[in-house]
Amino acid sequence: MTMQGSRIDYSVILDLIPAGAKILDLGCGDGSLLSQLVQAKGVTGRGIEISEEGVHACIAKGLTVLQGDIDGGLRDYPDRSFDYVILNQTIQAVKKPDVVLSEILRVGGKGVVGIPNFAFWRFRFFLLFNGRMPKTDFLPYEWYNTPNIHFCSVLDFDEYCRKNAIAVERRICLSTERGGRVLRGVRPNLFAESAVYLLSKK
Amino acid sequence: MPHRKEAGPVGLVKKKFFTFCEPPHEMVLEGGGRLGPITVAYETYGKLNRDRTNAILILHALSGDSHAAGKYSADDKKEGWWDATIGPGKAFDTDRYFVICSNVIGGCQGSTGPSSVNPATGRPYALSFPIITIGDMVQVQRHLVDHLEIERLFAVAGGSMGGMQALQWAVTFPDRVLASIPIATTAKHSPQQIAFNQVGRAAIMADPNFNDGEYYGKAVPKDGLALARMVGHITYLSDDSMHEKFGRRLRGKKTLGYSFNLDFEVESYLRYKGDAFVSRFDANSYLYITKAIDYFDLTLPSGALAKSLEKVKSKFLVVSFKSDWLYPPYQSKEIVKALMVNSVDITYCEIDSRYGHDAFLMDEGEMPKIVKNFLENVAARNGIAAPAAGA
Repeated sequence: MTMQGSRIDYSVILDLIPAGAKILDLGCGDGSLLSQLVQAKGVTGRGIEISEEGVHACIAKGLTVLQGDIDGGLRDYPDRSFDYVILNQTIQAVKKPDVVLSEILRVGGKGVVGIPNFAFWRFRFFLLFNGRMPKTDFLPYEWYNTPNIHFCSVLDFDEYCRKNAIAVERRICLSTERGGRVLRGVRPNLFAESAVYLLSKK
Repeated sequence: MPHRKEAGPVGLVKKKFFTFCEPPHEMVLEGGGRLGPITVAYETYGKLNRDRTNAILILHALSGDSHAAGKYSADDKKEGWWDATIGPGKAFDTDRYFVICSNVIGGCQGSTGPSSVNPATGRPYALSFPIITIGDMVQVQRHLVDHLEIERLFAVAGGSMGGMQALQWAVTFPDRVLASIPIATTAKHSPQQIAFNQVGRAAIMADPNFNDGEYYGKAVPKDGLALARMVGHITYLSDDSMHEKFGRRLRGKKTLGYSFNLDFEVESYLRYKGDAFVSRFDANSYLYITKAIDYFDLTLPSGALAKSLEKVKSKFLVVSFKSDWLYPPYQSKEIVKALMVNSVDITYCEIDSRYGHDAFLMDEGEMPKIVKNFLENVAARNGIAAPAAGA
């Protein structure tokens, strides 16, 4: 699930998180984002990662990390254990995104959720003209080996938040084109490749 | 900066002794008994730094001893039991840390145990030795650490029963441990684990030579002890590792013997391990130490592990192995959960090893690397200096 190349999403998340915050990064991978947060923002960080390689890489970076899966992995944390819980480019791979989202806003004051936008125009074109499951640098898997099982679009996610009393404090739409940039124009559902949400409970 | 160099051996080492709790100042044990004088056998590798802050206490498992690394003489066939992880450039890097390992009380490798002579009677304690617990083992180690003038240990680390002691240290002496590394262990012994230990004890006690533990100077209950060890070894391996190690290969023959003599490699391996154990281990020590393990239950007195871990201040690295069915990962996860509830800085790693419980003792695999990285980072963050070179 790791996005290759430019990490515009990292710099967006770095801007969202205040210095010294207590952070939980779900699906933290090799700890790249978390260690940037520790270094740049002095956060107290903790990661949860399912892959052994990821966990080893985090330990080598000096991060505090638990090996485990996110589905059900938050159950044991008391309410408001963290200021921010991050779920970046991982929601599409969890078994129960709805449960995970509500858990994020239980154990964290705020949630930072980065989603791939499946309604991105390239995906639409790919399916429309090729008649094949879309593949990009960012989502390089085949249909039979992808860990990604729950795709949504920006509109879908907006609607989910509305219906589930989740306040969207910020929504930052991103494109990886031209080295990665924040989209400020219209029709984000069509032009955003991904989006980072800052969420809280209504 | 961590220095990168080839890992090497610690070289020749010496066993040392420390005696304390002379009567009438005996140690009062958790089970109510009193014991004194107490001698503890220990070894050290590496050097203390100037602040005496770089000490790591290594904690051994059921059949281990103070000889964790190196050789006593150049002719020794084997190094200490955790030589894979202790030495210059290794996980417990003796260029940076002062590593201590002591034999537990109740043991038979130099520390006071049932085979020691009771000064009050002039005869071995045998079964008059008081029942000891993991907590008592840790209290004895605390005396040793005091004796070595170490105020706070940089780390405590061990696998299996050693992991129990690592947990106990963090609970009993929260201010005296900076980092705790329990590996392949549990916070309380499960019924299955107690059951295997009881089979071992029953085998020893059923041996005609057992004689209520009064066998010193006579024929020892070697068949019983060997049998106990054989059962133990089965639990340390995995189905996978037995397939790999033995398969159905025959030992010293080409065809099945159709008799009750040993046919299979696995049979002769267990026989060998059992017999080898008898030459170095005391049957009464096996009884006392397995009992201490069975009594281990950190959830007491409240029944809630999280409650027992409330005062913990150390950082933790908890490691389990996927194929370890004796101390399965779920037991490590229970420790992780209870520490998490207490907002302890904890890292957990479940290593994908095929070698069962024994994986924590093996040279290969990821565990030593993880431990090394973890320790280096904790040391750096807490300003734990390496000892001056040549000092």
